[in-house]
Amino acid sequence: MSLKINLSHDLGGITSHYDLMLSEGVTGITGASGSGKTTLIKALCGLIKPNSGHISLNDRVFFDSRAGIFLPPHRRNIGTIFQEPRLFPHLSLRQNLTYSARFQKFPPRRVQDLDYIINLLGLEPLLDRRTETLSGGEKQRVSIGRALMRKPDIFLMDEPLSALDQPRRAEILPYLARLCQESKTPVLYVSHAMSEIVQLADHLLLIEEGHARAFGPLAQILSDPDLASLIGLPEMGALWEGTLTYKAPDGLCTLNTKAGPLHLPNLDAALGNRVRVRLLAQDVIIARTRPMALSALNILETTITGLSYGHDHSVLVRLDAQGDTLLARITQRSAADLKLVIGLPCFAILKSLAVAQANRV
Amino acid sequence: MIFWPEFSLSTQEIDAVTLSLWVAVIGMFASLPLALTVAYALARGRFWGKALLNGFVHLPLILPPVVTGYFLLSLLGPQTWLGAVFAKFGVQFAFHWEGAALAASVMAFPLFVRAIKLGLDAVDPKLEEAAATLGASRFWVFVTVTLPLIVPSLIAGMILAFAKGFGEFGATITLVANIPSQTQTLPSAIYALLQIPGGERGALILIGISVLLASLALALAEVLGRSAAKRVAGR
Repeated sequence: MSLKINLSHDLGGITSHYDLMLSEGVTGITGASGSGKTTLIKALCGLIKPNSGHISLNDRVFFDSRAGIFLPPHRRNIGTIFQEPRLFPHLSLRQNLTYSARFQKFPPRRVQDLDYIINLLGLEPLLDRRTETLSGGEKQRVSIGRALMRKPDIFLMDEPLSALDQPRRAEILPYLARLCQESKTPVLYVSHAMSEIVQLADHLLLIEEGHARAFGPLAQILSDPDLASLIGLPEMGALWEGTLTYKAPDGLCTLNTKAGPLHLPNLDAALGNRVRVRLLAQDVIIARTRPMALSALNILETTITGLSYGHDHSVLVRLDAQGDTLLARITQRSAADLKLVIGLPCFAILKSLAVAQANRV
Repeated sequence: MIFWPEFSLSTQEIDAVTLSLWVAVIGMFASLPLALTVAYALARGRFWGKALLNGFVHLPLILPPVVTGYFLLSLLGPQTWLGAVFAKFGVQFAFHWEGAALAASVMAFPLFVRAIKLGLDAVDPKLEEAAATLGASRFWVFVTVTLPLIVPSLIAGMILAFAKGFGEFGATITLVANIPSQTQTLPSAIYALLQIPGGERGALILIGISVLLASLALALAEVLGRSAAKRVAGR
């Protein structure tokens, strides 16, 4: 799969210009409100016609201003999930789910098995309910199923959780994660919430004022100090993967990473599984000497590879831990007191309870 | 002759009631496709001359009905080019019941369009977008999403058009005159009865019938509109 996007468009006073090549997996897309995410999404699914450019998925050209090609939305086969569920109020839940099938009367039919969708999204108990009695989260699950029904070539999720409260988000996120993993369909996931993106995405696209500011593997972008102002300092940090090797009776799990074993509580995975954890920069402490009699369980030997001084009296310290990058956010005074310089060996301390699991279950 | 304990209707008056009903129903159904099209164009379309179209549609509401009738007569009268074309197909408007149906639909048209447009404005375009991303072409979006959602306002518009057509007087009498049992509608009959001494009693019966039919139409609109609104809101 390769999604080629090259487009220019004026919308609401912002001139958007994108030149991107997206491939397999889940790509998170984030950026401030009004940064031009909507233009990108609408241009992709054909709800707006860009002023100029070219959009194609594999060999299928969706839009080419020079060749005069513009495929309307219904001929693009993109599974779009919007912020609001947008269920059809005059149709029953089942009719909503199978809505796309009525436009697939002729071969090649692309109709997903309804039972598979019902099972994947846990819709069974909802089937006989009236659509207006469903909660926001339940409605959104139905709308995901409705988009899935068409076996889309690519999924476009435009802030699918942002209209929901926190418990509802937590309710739907596992379904999305399962969908991303099982369907093998590439996903573009637009969201403000980095906590959602780190659970789903492999790649991250950062958008600012109608342009792609950064695009790359998620872990790399999140630990790039140059992007801190865009991502937001509290969101900066490392994303590590490891194998769950041991679950102690006291609940503490051992995760084997490149940098050595991490002791973390309550990892929701089976032994032997790969788990992704998020080590936020603000939860990492630096020590020049190995601390003794400390409550924190994880002490890693690292080397300083970079120091980025921010405008807020803090420093982002890049650390190398046996090949994995770690990011620590400390005050500039601490950095000066400890005489931190590039190349200096030091210890990074991680409080177990601060580490958030960010894996795809 | 129908006999009530005290009142009786002459054949002419019965003809007038039947003609009015007929003309109102035909005029309403005949203008339905065009009203729907125009309402859709005004609600969703982006084209040059939209304001002009909007103004033109509303003309019959603003012009004196007699003037509208005069325009129709000078456009479709027996001596006109267009009138001759229709006459070839066996349709004559001036001084025929078809003219009364035409006058009814023309006079009701702005109300009809307005009612449908209100419904279209209330349909969330986001639902139509969603339908498009699910594989529905513009035509199928309209048929499977937009149309079912505007059924309540469509019914309201139809009842309104019927009621307006049923009571139309000025344009009708100008275009088709007031020939008893041929082109005499209910309002024309009432008018004629009021012109002759001793006609008040007959006029009163006809007035009673109009009030009754109008109330029935209103009640029907209420019932149909409610059930349709319920359906649209999700069953």
